[in-house]
Amino acid sequence: MKSDFRARNHPAYWAFIVHRASGVLLSLFLPVHFMALGQALQGAARLDALLRWTEQPLVKIGETVLVMLLAAHLAGGLRLLALEFLAWRDWQKSLLAAAAGVTLAAVMLFLLQVA
Amino acid sequence: MAVSTLRVSVWRGTESGHLQTFEVPRLESQTVLDVVTHIQRSLDPTLSYRFACRVGMCGSCAMTVNGRARWTCRTHVSEVMRGEALEVRPLSNLPVIKDLVTDMTPFFDKWAQARGSFQGATTRRDDFARVSPETPERRLADAGIECIGCGVCYSSCDVVAWNADYLGPAALNRAWTLVNDVRDTDRRSRLAAVAGDAGCHACHTHMSCTERCPKKLSPTASIAGLKRAAMMAALKGELGDE
Repeated sequence: MKSDFRARNHPAYWAFIVHRASGVLLSLFLPVHFMALGQALQGAARLDALLRWTEQPLVKIGETVLVMLLAAHLAGGLRLLALEFLAWRDWQKSLLAAAAGVTLAAVMLFLLQVA
Repeated sequence: MAVSTLRVSVWRGTESGHLQTFEVPRLESQTVLDVVTHIQRSLDPTLSYRFACRVGMCGSCAMTVNGRARWTCRTHVSEVMRGEALEVRPLSNLPVIKDLVTDMTPFFDKWAQARGSFQGATTRRDDFARVSPETPERRLADAGIECIGCGVCYSSCDVVAWNADYLGPAALNRAWTLVNDVRDTDRRSRLAAVAGDAGCHACHTHMSCTERCPKKLSPTASIAGLKRAAMMAALKGELGDE
């Protein structure tokens, strides 16, 4: 007999889902990132044209999501490293909240830059 | 108490089966085990379930209550009830023998695979070992020693569901308490036993075991400790065959 979502409904499991989903989405984005950088090989004009294209509002929204994914994966990864390598403490849920806070702060900072 | 009658859905059958609904009188301070006992004694004597001590010591009455593994003798109906409905199933990740009774054999076999039995160097003719409760090793062992073997962590663990060979939180927690027992002489082979593909390194740190343990232990902490100890042993070249 298998468990259903009710058995998994707790903060550390949500953190696992966020870490896995952000990791998969970032790895899917990586080829696009290299393709964008690769435009420089075709000359400065190609890269500048692409950079101008990224100034569009819709692309900025995409960038915000990207920053969120990066911050979530980084903060979640640091949380896991702390959990695995530091002597165990009873602040695991605080660590989770801190990782979520760092993610939110990174997104806010990025939005301030954009605005 | 808002309701006078509980509508209780109980798993009937083996791996395949169905939920059967019973109406059970709602009583004050009623536990889920009280509910199941009422059904078996007053409504349907063919219902199979398992319990012994009724006070949270023996670890035999764990079941899945409203989707979460719990010790039913210490779970009040008021803690888990959604409206008037209660759903009781056998533990997940273990073969179902009948109704609410699971076969715990794979669970306890893995304690043996994780070298969960103490190996000492002394005999009954030797003096008692004196171990200060204040030493770091003893504190670590004490933090995990109160496990009652109920199987709630094993049933809640996704890695067990994904990999049938995974030793599971309880067996690894037991191994960690022995790794920190200064009297034990089997540390090297125990670390080798828990460092394989289905051992401590397979843990994904979902922390469901820690979240659900009725004794408030943290098998996740024990598994993290084993990962570090196994890594150190590997660096020292102590994980191979003796």
